[in-house]
Amino acid sequence: MLEKIQELKLTNSQIAWRAAQDLFDGAYVNLGIGFPEMVAKYQPEGCEVVFHTENGVLGFGEAPAPGEEDWDIINAGKKAITLKPGCSIFHHADSFSMIRGGHLDVAILGAYEISQNGDLANWSTGKGGIPAVGGAMDLVNGVKTVAIVTDHITKKGGAKLVESCSLPLTGVGCVNRIYTSLAVIDIEDGKFVLKEKIPNISVEELQSLTGAQLHLGASVKDLVVPEGV
Amino acid sequence: MNKVGSNLLEAVSVISDGASVMIGGFGGSGAPIELIHALIDSGAKDLTVINNNAGNGHVGIAALIEQRRVARIICSFPRSADPRVFNELYLAGDIELEIVPQGTLAERIRAGGAGIPAFYTPTGVGTETAVGKEEAIFDGKRYLQERWLKADYALIKADLADTVGNLTYRRAARNFNPLMAMAAKTTIAQASNVVQAGEIDPDQVITPGIFVDTIVEVKSPKQEEVLNREGACYPC
Repeated sequence: MLEKIQELKLTNSQIAWRAAQDLFDGAYVNLGIGFPEMVAKYQPEGCEVVFHTENGVLGFGEAPAPGEEDWDIINAGKKAITLKPGCSIFHHADSFSMIRGGHLDVAILGAYEISQNGDLANWSTGKGGIPAVGGAMDLVNGVKTVAIVTDHITKKGGAKLVESCSLPLTGVGCVNRIYTSLAVIDIEDGKFVLKEKIPNISVEELQSLTGAQLHLGASVKDLVVPEGV
Repeated sequence: MNKVGSNLLEAVSVISDGASVMIGGFGGSGAPIELIHALIDSGAKDLTVINNNAGNGHVGIAALIEQRRVARIICSFPRSADPRVFNELYLAGDIELEIVPQGTLAERIRAGGAGIPAFYTPTGVGTETAVGKEEAIFDGKRYLQERWLKADYALIKADLADTVGNLTYRRAARNFNPLMAMAAKTTIAQASNVVQAGEIDPDQVITPGIFVDTIVEVKSPKQEEVLNREGACYPC
């Protein structure tokens, strides 16, 4: 079963592509550090999204060419970015007013665990390492739609979508939608509701890889990613 | 009135052992590297440092920590490309860490500067960071009470400064700098250019001079990122 999943599951690029398809023209969007940043590469045609970064830039573009970096222009991951026409710069309290004040449309973040009522654990493995929360707790409590991109299961095959989180929480009841390597799942009324799944896996198989009850949406669509992504 | 100091070491020499020091910047962007290095030279120790991070490599805040000057750090994200200096001391129990969600950190600092002793935020409700904090419900939603954060000193990196302390910032180097300038009893700013009062258009001032005590000109400030790529350390 796990071998079959390894073959069938979407790559991170493919998950990012799927997440990007739900962005809309003019949306103000914050992408978490690392994997979620890949979403920026797959914006649908004709859809111009305005990206926000916690450290005070709205309307930034892709990384500059190596050697062209201006280290006063970075994103939350401390990577060099570029400023697009229409960009603005502001201090940290204004930046988090955009977040906490409900002005951003979408945040796309990573996850260790998500519970069926939308609790998110993504900042601490709870193993006594060095804690680092950054802006995650602000994002999940302030942004209108909080979406997660993640592998459906852990590297060891354990469930990441669970009844209740065992790791330290980032936020309570905050996640709206999960894009996994196998499915698209919404959180509705404290339940995981399956919206899309990859074609070559059954609902039963998907359920066996999910740590809480999957409820079927009105229709479960095939999750198909175009060739070349 | 003229707030321009003669040199970095003299400017930071007012900072005594045990002081709390807000240091502007987010990672290397907006980090007042030259002021931090002067603080190392000054010998001040047992400091409480407030910054978003906990240093990277062996320069700036990482160097201050490596020289064992920091007893306690209040930050949101102690991870960096090269966090070894902080990690080793933290895991050995030689430095105290208070983790604050980034937006709460920014707002606590603003509140400190604005004379607001406490405020309510949804950030952190139901998490470990809520422990010991008062909770209240507004319009049916849970919020945490957070307290202001103030400091004895702030070290700020500006782009332009004038002789009365008005500041501008370059690009995203602004970040925490304007907030910290408001929240400290004494604010010391380094600026790439110091001009006469009247030479900064009032429309362009980001931090009004009332929040700034001392200015030192540092013509071509070093970037932490560039220093780290060169493998730099301080002092060495």
